[in-house]
Amino acid sequence: MFSNPETQRLVFGRLTLDALPLDQPIVVGTFVVVAILGLALVGALTYYRVWPYLWREWFTSVDHKRIGVMYCVLAIVMLLRGFADAIMMRSQQAIAFGGSEGYLPPHHYDQIFTAHGVIMIFFMAMPFVTGLMNFVVPLQIGARDVAFPFLNNFSFWMTVCGAVLVMISLFVGEFARTGWLAYPPLSELDYSPDVGVDYYIWSLQIAGVGTLLSGVNLIATIVKMRAPGMSLMKMPVFCWTSLCTNILIVAAFPVLTGTLVLLSLDRYVGTNFFTNGFGGSPMMYWNLIWIWGHPEVYILILPAFGVFSEVTSTFCGKPLFGYTSMVYATVVITLLSYLVWLHHFFTMGSGASVNSFFGITTMIISIPTGAKIFNWLFTMYRGRIRFEVPMLWTVGFMITFVIGGMTGVLLAVPPADFVLHNSLFLVAHFHNVIIGGVLFGMMAGVYYWFPKAFGFKLDPFWGKMSFWFWFTGFYFAFMPLYVLGLMGVTRRVNHFDDSSLQVWFVTAAFGALLIAIGIFSSIMQIVVGFLHRDRLRDLTGDPWHGRTLEWSTSSPPPEYNFAFTPVIHELDAWSDMKSRGYARPVEGFRPIHMPKNTAAGLILALFAGICGFGLIWHIWWMAAFGFAALIVTAIGHTFNYRRDFYIPAEHVIRTESERSQLLATQV
Amino acid sequence: MSASAHGTTSAPPHESAHEAGHGTLRGYVTGFVLSVILTAIPFWLVIGHVLDSAGWTAAIILILGVIQIIVHTFYFLHMNSKSEGGWNMMAMIFTVVLVVITLSGSLWIMYHLETNMMPPSPQEMRQMP
Repeated sequence: MFSNPETQRLVFGRLTLDALPLDQPIVVGTFVVVAILGLALVGALTYYRVWPYLWREWFTSVDHKRIGVMYCVLAIVMLLRGFADAIMMRSQQAIAFGGSEGYLPPHHYDQIFTAHGVIMIFFMAMPFVTGLMNFVVPLQIGARDVAFPFLNNFSFWMTVCGAVLVMISLFVGEFARTGWLAYPPLSELDYSPDVGVDYYIWSLQIAGVGTLLSGVNLIATIVKMRAPGMSLMKMPVFCWTSLCTNILIVAAFPVLTGTLVLLSLDRYVGTNFFTNGFGGSPMMYWNLIWIWGHPEVYILILPAFGVFSEVTSTFCGKPLFGYTSMVYATVVITLLSYLVWLHHFFTMGSGASVNSFFGITTMIISIPTGAKIFNWLFTMYRGRIRFEVPMLWTVGFMITFVIGGMTGVLLAVPPADFVLHNSLFLVAHFHNVIIGGVLFGMMAGVYYWFPKAFGFKLDPFWGKMSFWFWFTGFYFAFMPLYVLGLMGVTRRVNHFDDSSLQVWFVTAAFGALLIAIGIFSSIMQIVVGFLHRDRLRDLTGDPWHGRTLEWSTSSPPPEYNFAFTPVIHELDAWSDMKSRGYARPVEGFRPIHMPKNTAAGLILALFAGICGFGLIWHIWWMAAFGFAALIVTAIGHTFNYRRDFYIPAEHVIRTESERSQLLATQV
Repeated sequence: MSASAHGTTSAPPHESAHEAGHGTLRGYVTGFVLSVILTAIPFWLVIGHVLDSAGWTAAIILILGVIQIIVHTFYFLHMNSKSEGGWNMMAMIFTVVLVVITLSGSLWIMYHLETNMMPPSPQEMRQMP
C-alpha cells in the first residue's frame, strides 16, 4: 500500500494483506457464509427498525435481567462457534488414518483445538454462568438490581469485546496454535512469532476485566443487598454457590492477569520470565496458570451445582435435603480448590512428597462433592418427582458427573497420572465433568428460568429431544476417548497411523453428530416455544410451583423486580409465603428509584477492543489512541450525574394492577 | 410481606454502611511514625552494613515488611473485626490464607523442580544473567 516499508509499518504494524487467509478454502468458505448470514441479520434488523429498540432497551441497559439474558445469548452464539471447531476435529480424526491426511493440516488443526478450548471455557461457559447468576441472584435475594448496575453493563461488553477479538482472529491473521493455556516456551516469540498468541493474550485480558468486575459486583450484591430477614443461612443454595464462585473469581482471576502480563512482557519487550534460557522458567508459567486454572473449573461447576439444587427441590416438591451440609460442602470446595493445582502437572518433575500431597488433596475434594450428590439423591427420595425437562438434565447430570468424578479420582493418583497424562483419557475426563456438569447445569437452568425471563415456557418436546440427544451423544462421543486414552493415544494429534484405532474415532464422531442434533433441538425448543408462546404462556409467575423468591414476581418481572422489598422469615421464602397464605400488596405504592441506562459501558469496551487490536498487530498509534480514549471516556463518565431516575408511582400502580387482573383471571 | 417504607433502590452505594469511620489524627500519626521507623531500619541495615550476614539482613527486612503491611492495614485501611459487619476481616483472613497457600506452594514446587531437573549445561550456565 505504501512504497516505503517504514511508513507501512507505522500505519499498519504487522497487518498486511497476507494476513487474510485467502489461500485457505475452508476459512474463506466460512467467512462467506458468516458474512451472508451477518448481512441478512443486519438487513432484517434494519428493515424491521429493531436497532433503536435494541440500543435503548438492551445494549445500553443496566437492568441485571437484560444483561443476564445478553450474557446467555453470547454464550449460545459462542457455543455454536466452539462446537463447529469440535465437529471439525472429530471428523478430521475419524478420517485421517494411514494414507489419508484428512482435510486439516497440523497448522490449521492446532488453531482449531486451541480456539475450541478457549472459546468453550472463556466465552461459552463463563458467560453462561455469569448470565444465569446475573439474572437469578438479585431476584432470589429480593433486590432490584445488582450493587453496581453500570459496572455490570461494562463487564458484559468487555466480555463481548474479548469474544469479538477471538472471532476476528478467524478471518484476520490466525489464532494461537498452543493449546488453550498457551504454555511457554511454545507460546514465546521464538516458537510463535505470529499474532496467534497475541490474540489469545489480549482477548483474555479484556474479557478478564469483565469477569473480575462482575465478580466484585455479585459479591457486593449478595453480601449487601439481601432482603430483610434473609440471613446467610436462609439464602437459596444458588445464591450460596454464586457467592462462592464469585469469591473464587475475585481471588483467582488476578493471577491469570498477572501471568499473562508476564508472558506479554516476554513477547513485547523481550524479558525472560518464561523463556528456556537466560534464567527464565516455563514451569513457573505452568505453576502460575494452574493456580488460576484449578479454581476456574470450580468457578464453572459451583453455579451448576446451585442450579441442580434449585431444580431438584422444586421438581421433587420438597425442601432440599441437608441444606446446611450443602452450604458447608460448597465452602469447603471453595477452599480446597486452591490446594490442588499441581495435579495438572504431576509429570513435570516434582518429588514424591509434592505429588502425593497434591494427589491426596485432590482426592479429598471428592468428599464434599459426593456429599452433594447424596443430598440431591435424598431430596429425590420419596419426593413427588415431576420429570420435566430441567429434572431430566439433573438426573442425567448425576449419572454422568459421578462417572467423571471417578475418573477424576483415578487421575488424582500420581502413578496413574504418569500413564494417563496428556492422553485422550484426560480429554474424556474433563469433557465428562464440564459437559455432564456445567453444560447440563446451564441447560437445566435455561429451561427452568426461561419462563421467568420471557413469560412463556420452552417447548417441552424439543426440550426432551435436546436432553436425550445431548445425553446419548455425550456417551458416544467421549466413552471411546476413555478407551483410546487407556490404550495410550495422546491428545492434540491430527493424524494416526494405526488404523485399528479408527473405529473408536468414528464412534466418537457419531457421538458429535448426535450432540449436533442436541444443539439443533436446543435452538428449536426456543423457536417452537416462541411460536407457541400463547399456549405456553406463564401468567402466574410461578409455573413450576417454585420455592424461592424469583417466582413471587410476574413473568417477566417488572423492571423494578419487586414493588415492595419482601421480608424473609424462612429458607425457601416463596414456599413459606405461599403456605402462610401470603397476599400480594395492592396499594401503597411509591415511586421507585432506579439506575439509568448508559452507553458508556459499550463505548469503553469498544475502545478497549481497538486498543487490543492495535497491540496484537503492533499498530502502536491505534493502541495508544484506544487506550487514551478508554481513559478519557472513563473519566468523562464520572461527570455524568444523571445516573438515576424515579419510576413514578402511577406507573408502578398501573403495572401492579394489570398483574392483579391477570392473576384474578387465573383463579 | 411488609413494605419497606423508603423507595430507594439498591443502586447507589449505602453511605451509612461505613460505621467503622475514618480514623483519628492520633491513629494516623501513630501509623505514620511506625511506618517511617519500619522503613528506616532496613535502609540503616543495608547502608551501614550493620550485620555481617546478608541472609540475616534479608530475613529481617522481610519480617519488617510483613509488619509494615500489618501497620498499614490497621492504621490506614482501618481494618478491625467490626468494620462492614466483620466482612472486611473475613476477606482479609481469606486473602492471607490464599496468599500463603500460593506462595508457599509455589516455593515448594519450584524448589522440587530445581533439585530434580537436569542441571544446565556449561554453555547455558554462561548465558545465565
